[in-house]
Amino acid sequence: MKQPTTNPAIDKVNRGLRRRYRAERRFRICGATAIITALCFLFLLFFSIVANGYKAFQKTYIQIDVFFDPAEFANENLATANFPGLVKTSMSSLFPEVNSRGDKKELFYLVSPGASFQLMQLVKNNPNLIGQQQSVWVAANDDVDMLLKGHIDRTRPETERRVSDKQLAWLDALAADGKIKKTFNTTFFTSGDSREPELAGIWGATCGSFYTLLITLSLSFPIGVAAAVYLEEFAPKNRWTDIIEVNINNLAAVPSIVYGLLGLAVFINFFGMPRSTPVVGGLVLTLMTLPIIIIASRASLKSVPPSIREAALGIGASKMQMVAHHVLPLALPGMLTGTIIGMAHALGETAPLLMVGMVAFIVDIPHGFTDPATVLPVQIYLWSDSPERAFVEKTSAAIMVLLIFLFLMNAAAVYLRKRFEIKW
Amino acid sequence: MESLVETANPGVLSAAGKEEILSEATSKALHQVRETVGNPFVDNPRMTCREVNVYYGDKKAINNVSIDIARNEVIAMIGPSGCGKSTFLRCLNRMNDTVEGCRVTGDIRLDGMDIHDRNVDVVPLRARIGMVFQKPNPFPKSIYDNVAYGPKIHGLVQNKAELDEIVEGSLKKAGLWEEVRERLNQPGTGLSGGQQQRLCIARAIAVSPEMILMDEPCSALDPIATARIEELIAELREQYSIVIVTHSMQQAARVSQRTAYFHLGDLIEVGMTDRVFTNPRHQLTEDYITGRFG
Repeated sequence: MKQPTTNPAIDKVNRGLRRRYRAERRFRICGATAIITALCFLFLLFFSIVANGYKAFQKTYIQIDVFFDPAEFANENLATANFPGLVKTSMSSLFPEVNSRGDKKELFYLVSPGASFQLMQLVKNNPNLIGQQQSVWVAANDDVDMLLKGHIDRTRPETERRVSDKQLAWLDALAADGKIKKTFNTTFFTSGDSREPELAGIWGATCGSFYTLLITLSLSFPIGVAAAVYLEEFAPKNRWTDIIEVNINNLAAVPSIVYGLLGLAVFINFFGMPRSTPVVGGLVLTLMTLPIIIIASRASLKSVPPSIREAALGIGASKMQMVAHHVLPLALPGMLTGTIIGMAHALGETAPLLMVGMVAFIVDIPHGFTDPATVLPVQIYLWSDSPERAFVEKTSAAIMVLLIFLFLMNAAAVYLRKRFEIKW
Repeated sequence: MESLVETANPGVLSAAGKEEILSEATSKALHQVRETVGNPFVDNPRMTCREVNVYYGDKKAINNVSIDIARNEVIAMIGPSGCGKSTFLRCLNRMNDTVEGCRVTGDIRLDGMDIHDRNVDVVPLRARIGMVFQKPNPFPKSIYDNVAYGPKIHGLVQNKAELDEIVEGSLKKAGLWEEVRERLNQPGTGLSGGQQQRLCIARAIAVSPEMILMDEPCSALDPIATARIEELIAELREQYSIVIVTHSMQQAARVSQRTAYFHLGDLIEVGMTDRVFTNPRHQLTEDYITGRFG
C-alpha cells in the first residue's frame, strides 16, 4: 500500500496513519463494549424480574362441594351467616377420616381465608343457592400455592417447611382426584391489597396511580406549558428571569423526598388536606414534574426556527397570535414528549408519596381523588417488605405491570412525536 | 484614485453641476466624510426617515440616516456585510422591536404618520408594510393557508369565497398561481426554494400592503429563480413601494430605480441607480461597486 514518495510530508502522514486507525478501532471497541454491557444488565434485570414473577399470574384453586345449609341462613343478614363453618364442613367431608382438632386445623389451613368471602359473594348474587349442594373452586392458601409452584421443597425435613407431611398427603389425594387446578390469576388484577398473598392484587394501587397521575397531568401540563411559553416568548430577559431560570433548573435536581416533606408540611399540615389521598399525592408529584415539563417545553420552544416567528410578525400577527398559531403547534410534540416522560417519572416515584401517607395498607379500591389510596411503586415497596414467600413473586409481577405501563407511556411519547412532528 | 477622477468627473458635472471637480486630495478626504452624497429626498414620498439612529446596546448600528422612499419605486440598499442595511430595513416596519436590546431613535413616517408614535399599533403597521425575508420562510401549512393567514387574522374577509379570491389574486400577482393551482392543499414547505420565496411574496401582498420590504430575497436562490423574482419585483412596482436589500450589485442595477449605499452604519450615497453605478460620487461607493472591497 505505502509506497515511498518524494513528498516528506506524505511520508510523515503515512507513518502516523496506522496509529490513527488503531485509535479509531480502540474507540469503536470501547463503544460497542459499553453498549453490550448495558444490554446485558438490562437483560439480566428483565430476566430476573420475569423469572421471579411470571408464576404470580397463575393461582391455585381447590374444588370443594358446599352444601348451603338453610339452617345457617336463618337470619336475614347474610353477613352473620357462618360461611367459614360451611367451608370447614365441606373440607371435612372431603377427608372424613380426619378427626383430631389439630389435624382439622391443618386441613382447614389448605384453603384461603378468602374462601368464606367467596361463598358469601355467591349467595349474595344467587340467593336460590341456599339449600342446594354446589361444587365451588376456592382459592388455596398461599403456602399450598407456593408448594404447587415448586417454591417449597418436599424433600426437606418436615420441621423446615411450611407444609406438613399430612397436608402433603391430602394435597396429593386432592390432586389425584382432579380437585386442584391452576388458572389465570384474575384476583391479582381485580383486587386491592391484602394480608393474604393469594387475595392481594394491584387494582387498588393501579386506581390510586391513575387518580394521582390524573391530578398531576391536569395541573402540571397547563402550568408547565404556560410557564415555559411566558418565559420563552413574553418575559423580558433580565436578571430576574435569569434567577427564575436557574431556580427552575435547580428544582429539577431536588431529591424527590424533599417534595414529599414539602407536601406534608404545606398540603396536609397547613391546608389540612386528607392524608394518604391521590389529591395530595398528585399535588406533590405536580411540584416534582413541573420543572421537568418547563425545561422540556422551553427546549422545544427554543427549537422553533426564528424565521417562523419573523414570518408571522412580518405580516402583522400579534405576539399572542404568533405563539398560538405558529410557535405552539410546532413546539407541541416536544412538549408532549417532555410531559409524558415527566409523567412516567411521576408514575415510578415512591419517596415523596411515603411522606404524604400513601404508604398505608389499603384494602379498598379507591373510587375518587379523596379516597385513601396507594400507588403501584409504593405497593411494590410494601410487598417487597412482606415476609411471606408468596409476596416475592407478587412483587416481581407488580414490577412487570409497572414496567409495561412505563413502556406504554414511552411508546405514546414516541408515537405522538412522530405523529405531530411537522417536517420541512 | 486617478481613475476615479477621470471617470467620475463628467458624471459629477452633469448630474450636479455645482459640485467641484474632485482632486486626488479631496477624494481622499471624502473617505472621511460621512455626509450623505446625492439627494435622498423625493417629492410626495411614501415614507420619510429623518435622522434615524439604531443602537444595539451601546453599539451604534445606524448613524443619522435620512432618506425618503417614493411611491411606486424600487429602491435598492447595497453595501458591504455589517453595514446596517438590513438593520435599517427592519426599522421601517419596526421589526427591530423584537430584537432584545435594540433601540431606534429618529423620525420615521409612513404617509405622514409617525410609526413610533405612542398611538400607532405595530400590528396594523406591519400589515401596511409587508416583509419578505432572506431565507424563504413559509409556514409549515398548506399553500392556501400560507396566503390566507394574513387576511384571516386581520379580518379582511367575510367568507370563504372572498378568501379564495384573495388567495388566488395574491398567488397570481406573485406569479405562482399556474404552478400551484392544482395543489393548494399541499404544504408550502414542499415547494422549491424559488417557489417558496414567491409564496412568501404572495403571503405579504395578500394583506394589501403599501410597501414591501425585501431583505436579500434572492440570496438563497439559483439564477433562474432569481430572475423570476426580479421580474416579479418589476411588476409589483406598479402597486407598491419596494425596498430591497441586496448583496448583488447587478441585481440592484437590474431591479431598482434608486440605490442607496450604506457603509458602517452611514448612508453614504443615494441616487438614481444608473447614476450611482455609472458615476458614483463618493469614494466609498466607487470602491465598493468597482469591487475594491465588500
